[in-house]
Amino acid sequence: MEAAMGLMRRMPPKHTETALSALLSLLPDHSSDLLSQIDQPLQVLCDVDNAKEFILCEYNRDADSYRSPWSNKYHPPLEEGIYPSAELRKLEIEANEIFTVYHGSKYAHGKRGYLHEGGWEAIHVIQVGPEVQGMAHYCLTSTIMLSLTTNGDTSGTFNLSGSIRRQMKADLCVEDGHLCNMGKMIEELEGKLRNQLDQVYFGKTKEMVCTLRPPAELLPMALPDARKP
Amino acid sequence: MIFGCVLHIHMLYVSIPKFLKSQRPSRPNNNIITMADTEEQEEEQIDEEIILLTEEQKLDIAKWFLLNSPPGEIQYVATDLRSVLNDDNVYQKAASQAFPLYNKSHIVCLHFPNRTGEVLVSSYSELSEDEYLDPRTAQVGKVDHVRQVCTQIRPAGDDELPSPYIEEYRCALDVEVSKYVGEAYPKGVSSVYCTSGKDVEDYGSDFELVVVITATRHSPQNFCNGSWGSIWNVEFKDEQQTVEVRGKMQVSAHYFEEGNVQLDAKHECRDSTVFQSPEDSADSLANIIRHHETEYLTSLQASYSNLPDSTFKELRRKLPVTRTLFPWHNTVQFSLTKDLTKELGIEK
Repeated sequence: MEAAMGLMRRMPPKHTETALSALLSLLPDHSSDLLSQIDQPLQVLCDVDNAKEFILCEYNRDADSYRSPWSNKYHPPLEEGIYPSAELRKLEIEANEIFTVYHGSKYAHGKRGYLHEGGWEAIHVIQVGPEVQGMAHYCLTSTIMLSLTTNGDTSGTFNLSGSIRRQMKADLCVEDGHLCNMGKMIEELEGKLRNQLDQVYFGKTKEMVCTLRPPAELLPMALPDARKP
Repeated sequence: MIFGCVLHIHMLYVSIPKFLKSQRPSRPNNNIITMADTEEQEEEQIDEEIILLTEEQKLDIAKWFLLNSPPGEIQYVATDLRSVLNDDNVYQKAASQAFPLYNKSHIVCLHFPNRTGEVLVSSYSELSEDEYLDPRTAQVGKVDHVRQVCTQIRPAGDDELPSPYIEEYRCALDVEVSKYVGEAYPKGVSSVYCTSGKDVEDYGSDFELVVVITATRHSPQNFCNGSWGSIWNVEFKDEQQTVEVRGKMQVSAHYFEEGNVQLDAKHECRDSTVFQSPEDSADSLANIIRHHETEYLTSLQASYSNLPDSTFKELRRKLPVTRTLFPWHNTVQFSLTKDLTKELGIEK
């Protein structure tokens, strides 16, 4: 398993899906571990009842069907599918409504990008411990996957892609409600991850390029070529 | 030029993983190497789930991992792969097939055993599967691909080297390119090969030289590796008295501290100059290479500096439209979504 994760750390992020399915076929006994520890690019399906799209992931999958959070129905239909309890379902409905608004406020929807093509995906998984004296333990695992491609006649192809994953734990008062607590944590961690991707990860790869072939202004004074006028 | 495109942004979706997982373990649904695009394919895959991988399939997977190793990381990938495969026969076979391809496509630079020079492993320097020519010292290095070392050297035979006429052009260009590489790359290595017409004795025939430049930087302690490689095909056309130049540049970088971010950039270009004496040709060719490589570096930097400004902002706003943090506290008081949308000014 450790070696498998090692491989995933090195394979090109744009080939994550191929690498994951290769590992699944080599290590069928570890499939649950692999699927839960390796985030793959998300796919969406349309909920037939609501004509709304929903995301397919490990967390709403049972056998080969995916449960839509909008209608609570499995697509394709599944007999004996597992459903959340009434209380959890209520939380799920609220959460999806709130996060739809959050998403609308934070992500510029389907905008056209000049010369750029790319995708940004965020997966947040939160575990909430039982309530003890008005406090609950929250553990948030966030993964951001991003891919940017530039194509141009003068600059060739430029692809920068990758994923980072971080965890955040907190004990918070449940008075404000789980959703409020979870939302704040997600917003905070997502912001941190975004800055890290931008400044640390993209910065590091840029630094590497400039180490390989430093731009003229960083070079120690080049010796003047005596043969040229 | 304008390239239209659509940004794929997926919505956040909240669900309760533990709940589903504790009751029924998820069943893996993509158990073979190709990912399903359609439902029909997915059904087929399930039928194949029980079938174990053939040796051939395992070998293909193993080679895929090795060949997709980032620059300078194939040995680490090999170690992990070996333990995942748990089948030494398949591993050895995969390594013996994949390493030579990887070494050649990444133009690996290996030191001579006596440290008097180095040989670049590439299809241009390849004499046989494990013998590579260093034209500068007129020596041939024997290469152990899997260990990535040069084990022996021998002087090159006359039939392996270009004619004195070609060598004049090759050597002059090698000198100029080395000078440029020494100035521009802190750890660059270059070599010039004759890939066609090496036995041409005098004026009146075409021939082709190839300039290979490579620079790598490995710092696993900083979780960062990278490589720059460029290949310049230089065709000397006797009849037209011109020299045609085709360049390919490829840059990669990998940063993997608690994540995996990779840059993969490529560019191709063309240029030409007039057929002159060896020294004058070398001089103008080195200038052409310097010019295009400098220009490409500038465009790479431009791509980077455009990232935070345009692309990132398009993808994810740092703050919502109201320039404040999301009002999580108030959400309960709103009759959900409607009032909230109003509040945020994102009414549709």
